[in-house]
Amino acid sequence: MKYEAVIGLEVHAQLLTDSKLFCGCSTRFGSEPNTQVCQICLGMPGVLPVLNKKAVEFAVKMSLAVNCRINPRSIFARKNYFYPDLPKGYQVSQYTEPLSEHGHLEIDIDGGRKRIGITRIHMEEDAGKLLHGEGIEDSNFSFVDLNRTGVPLIEIVSEPDMRTSDEAVAYLKALRDILVYLRICDGNMEEGSFRCDANVSVRLMGAEKLGTKAELKNMNSFKYVKEAIDYEIQRQIDLVENGEKVVQETRLFDASKGITASMRSKEEAHDYRYFPEPDLLPLNVGAKLVDQARETLPELPEAKRARFITDYAIPPYDAGVLTATRELADYYEEVVKATGEPKVSSNWVMGELLRLLKEDGKDVGDCALKPSAIADLIGMIKKGAISGKMAKEVFEEMYKTGKPPAGIVKARGITQISDESELAGVIDRVLEANPESVDRYRSGKVQLFGFFVGETMKATKGQANPQAVNKILKEKLAG
Amino acid sequence: MSITKKDVLHVADLARLALTEKEIDLYTGQLQRILSYVEKLSELDTSGVAPTTTTVPPETAFREDRVTPSLAQEDALRNAPLSEKGCFKVPKIIE
Ligand SMILES: [Zn+2]
Repeated sequence: MKYEAVIGLEVHAQLLTDSKLFCGCSTRFGSEPNTQVCQICLGMPGVLPVLNKKAVEFAVKMSLAVNCRINPRSIFARKNYFYPDLPKGYQVSQYTEPLSEHGHLEIDIDGGRKRIGITRIHMEEDAGKLLHGEGIEDSNFSFVDLNRTGVPLIEIVSEPDMRTSDEAVAYLKALRDILVYLRICDGNMEEGSFRCDANVSVRLMGAEKLGTKAELKNMNSFKYVKEAIDYEIQRQIDLVENGEKVVQETRLFDASKGITASMRSKEEAHDYRYFPEPDLLPLNVGAKLVDQARETLPELPEAKRARFITDYAIPPYDAGVLTATRELADYYEEVVKATGEPKVSSNWVMGELLRLLKEDGKDVGDCALKPSAIADLIGMIKKGAISGKMAKEVFEEMYKTGKPPAGIVKARGITQISDESELAGVIDRVLEANPESVDRYRSGKVQLFGFFVGETMKATKGQANPQAVNKILKEKLAG
Repeated sequence: MSITKKDVLHVADLARLALTEKEIDLYTGQLQRILSYVEKLSELDTSGVAPTTTTVPPETAFREDRVTPSLAQEDALRNAPLSEKGCFKVPKIIE
């Protein structure tokens, strides 16, 4: 490769507070347009914003989780621009003195680890929404819903430390996992509660100086982030190869065509004339709030994955799947606690349970099946009370009904007979009923073994434990 | 610092103001006088003094994360020159 790409990401994460950043309007998604707005978030004259404490706590938690230094004092600023989704004519954000700085996180890439720097995390308010189409058919107008105006966001700005689209996606996934683990953002990219812009430039391999960057927007899935970055890297390389210049600009990703295209509209818009928001005092976070946030930090995805691999000796793949959400990881750990069998538990939770949940489009939280019931089932297989094959059927019914396995097994009459004395009795009767076959077997016709197994199964209506039957038959036929 | 006609046009453009030639001259002069007046402050040596953004004591006033009633939709839209289907209606935004 003659060129290398330099990628930095700006992520906007919507915080899961009940009310907005500076007023008491609800943040609920999907309500009737303009029913969650008030004088403050509509920017009426003479109103005063008051900062939501929970939003600050959430932002502090994220800062700590990605090793950022919290600034004891940060300043809200007005970012001035005109757009119909911004009723005040400015967005309240943080500029020169953000909430926190100098963090990092580590990603897994190509079998190794790479540290990605996080420049800063700052707090800001979201803008409203322009509705296009969706039954609104008026080509001369746009329609504005301001319910989202003022919903708290954090913006997480990375260092330009990524070199490939795969690294960018790995970083985004790691970031989203942390936000979701902290329960401060739902991480939904399609609904826009987790959004990403990418700054992409290319330079000759080994060059010090950064190339001119383009800012990519409008990528609402990990797949699109990868496609947009790959396209943009190639586009810029082609420009450079042809002796043309990369222009610094904002480019929108067009998912239907798989390309990025220049967004020519905001030529002069980058003059935001930031200044300190006179209606808000500087934010003094205070040691108490930071300490409380630190104490309530949960075990984060990375640490949990590592612990699962060491403590439970399960493969890294299993550990990755099982720690995808906190709820799933907790569920799995409850099964393990009850069974003492990490790998078997992983097979049931990761294999059967996740398969069924996926079919229904559900999460582990919506599932009627309790971890203790899975543990009971694993116990029954271990004791030989049911076969692995029967267990799968029982599991499906457990999943559907939420009932424990014992009742299902009894109702279906599918108990496996593993009791050796009981099986010995059955086998004795089978052998007595077929003296000729026994003689032929003993004189060398060993293929008849399957016949005896079949007769035993018939006699027990298929409920005999096959391993036990094999063992007892071999002993008895040996004479 | 001196204000030029170009500065006035730039600021007017950012503020979406259409100015006449007469207004441009008027505001260039006015803005120049305002800035010269404020510039007096820079005669004082403030190196080593942190910028003051407020004189109010430093405890941040928070509110708890509680939902309070919003405006009724019709009230929210009452001042809008145009509205339809519960939305503010504005000239088409081209992206
Ligand atoms: Zn409001």
